[in-house]
Amino acid sequence: MATTTVSRNRRGRDRFAGPVVMTFLYAFLAVFAVASAFPFYYMLVTATYRTVDILRIPPPIWFGSALMQNYTQLLEKGSLPYFWTSVYNSVAIAALHTIAVLFFCSLAGYGFAKFRFPGRDAMFTFLLATLMVPGALGLIPSFIVMRALHWIETWYPLIVPGMANAFGIFWMRQYIESAIPNEMMDAARIDGAREFRIFWAIILPVIAPALGALAILTFMGKWNEFQFPLLILKDQMTYTLPVALSTLRSLRGTEIGVQILGSSIAIVPILTVFVSASRQFMSGLTAGAVK
Amino acid sequence: MATTTFTVAEQKAQDRRTRRREAKRNVWAYVFVAPFFFLYSVFGLFPLLYGVFLSFHQWDGISKMKWVGLLNYVKLFTVDDVWWQAIYNTVWLFVVATVPQLLLALILAFIINSGYIRFKDFFRAAYFMPFVASAVAVGILFSSLFGLQYGMFNYFLSFFGVEKIDWLGSALWLKPSIVLVTIWQWTGYSMIIFLAGLQSINPELYEAARVDGADTSDVFWKITMPLMRPVILFQVVTSIIGAMQNFDIPVMLAGGTQSSAPGGTDHAGLTAMMQLYWSAFKYNTGSKSGFGYASAMSFILFFMIVTFSYLYNRANGRNLTED
Repeated sequence: MATTTVSRNRRGRDRFAGPVVMTFLYAFLAVFAVASAFPFYYMLVTATYRTVDILRIPPPIWFGSALMQNYTQLLEKGSLPYFWTSVYNSVAIAALHTIAVLFFCSLAGYGFAKFRFPGRDAMFTFLLATLMVPGALGLIPSFIVMRALHWIETWYPLIVPGMANAFGIFWMRQYIESAIPNEMMDAARIDGAREFRIFWAIILPVIAPALGALAILTFMGKWNEFQFPLLILKDQMTYTLPVALSTLRSLRGTEIGVQILGSSIAIVPILTVFVSASRQFMSGLTAGAVK
Repeated sequence: MATTTFTVAEQKAQDRRTRRREAKRNVWAYVFVAPFFFLYSVFGLFPLLYGVFLSFHQWDGISKMKWVGLLNYVKLFTVDDVWWQAIYNTVWLFVVATVPQLLLALILAFIINSGYIRFKDFFRAAYFMPFVASAVAVGILFSSLFGLQYGMFNYFLSFFGVEKIDWLGSALWLKPSIVLVTIWQWTGYSMIIFLAGLQSINPELYEAARVDGADTSDVFWKITMPLMRPVILFQVVTSIIGAMQNFDIPVMLAGGTQSSAPGGTDHAGLTAMMQLYWSAFKYNTGSKSGFGYASAMSFILFFMIVTFSYLYNRANGRNLTED
């Protein structure tokens, strides 16, 4: 394998990758890398200035000193007095949802991967088909269902419906199918282990890498979710962070630095987690995506 | 292995026992997969079907529902100009943002996978970063970057002698602004999916082709592209689904959530999903609004998604047979 790749690469280089082409390729990649990263840098810089200093030519490109002032103002009445409550809401909703997703999706993924029950293939095909049904189109009836359940203004609509979702189940099934040999379960069965116990004590520890990638993806999606919380949560005490931030945007005359500071608190934690775990996350993602 | 010799009867009894054990075990499998089917019935399937029912009614969500037959659809198709403007905007954004985004992602994935490039992990992570950020926060951030007098973009462009552009204020530039942010946020994600597809191609195939004297363009068109087709199909279809429901970024750039007139100047940034949301939940009193009316909008959108996906799928299939 290793030698194959090396010889392919060498031959490739001989043929095309002269210094000019290589410089061009790296320049091309670098331009997009800078374009990806620059808005984040701008965000951190702008969060440290007052509006009068942001609206200037040239715009500031290095850190200023108004960070604390912006922070105090962010929490003032007229901005977001419940800012940290909304951060707490977001963390709690995303965490609870993620834990539930990991449990139900790996359980169902295990069921589809390692049992040969009547109707399995039809059920799995149905599950895949639901991936192609655009969920937001059920927005209005979903709202009515939530209202009928008296779930408006609660966390349930954001945590419960997606707990066992088709994407997560598909993802876990692909991984379990390739990562777990059948002998493992057979051995446990001979030792007299119950089916749920086999899942809990034997399967779960082995599929930790896939769980990790799914956890990051799920948490991220829930943390950033906007449309449905916007619809369900009307009281500012129950707002999630994106909903709270969106009201900040529509308040006329809010300091730009204050708005951007609020945004950075939504972005920086999740970006930090991603950057520090990016290698594992990416390989988990690629492993799950292709099969 | 086993030294005992079974009689036929014993063998049959053994088989029965195994089957019974498996049947008993399968009960557990049903329990394991049941939560999905339960939740999907209640929160996925039922709302969809109920939406069809709603679309034949006039209903503000509170008072009594009134059956109106196809009237909602008739109104949408004949007198609702704003809705068609929103559909136009949505499709426009798909063509000008999503299509180039997918192409760019594909090109980046090819380069990173080519074997000439070092720092792959770095580039991969850098491109993926924007996808991690909340669309609402991104909207706030770019609103500032797009500033007319003092925004970073106009400042940068002034070095090239470009006049100040009213990115978010003018009907002409609002859509291109949304396009820029969409491409910025989604290219990395598509690239990762494409890269995963490229990496799953067995390197021995390339090797074999080289041995048979194939050149790079042969390898690309005869091996890489055919094998990438399912991955590209998947990504295109999910992108169509996503683009038809485009909401977060346009809302943030083209009118805040409390705004009474969404979509910016001349509704230039109004997407179908925004119009649907506003008709159902913001001003749901007039005749061109309400839960029933907006549900009819959902099904027009749904039909468009199915049609586009089908057309792409067909075009794709035809290419496959031509090869």
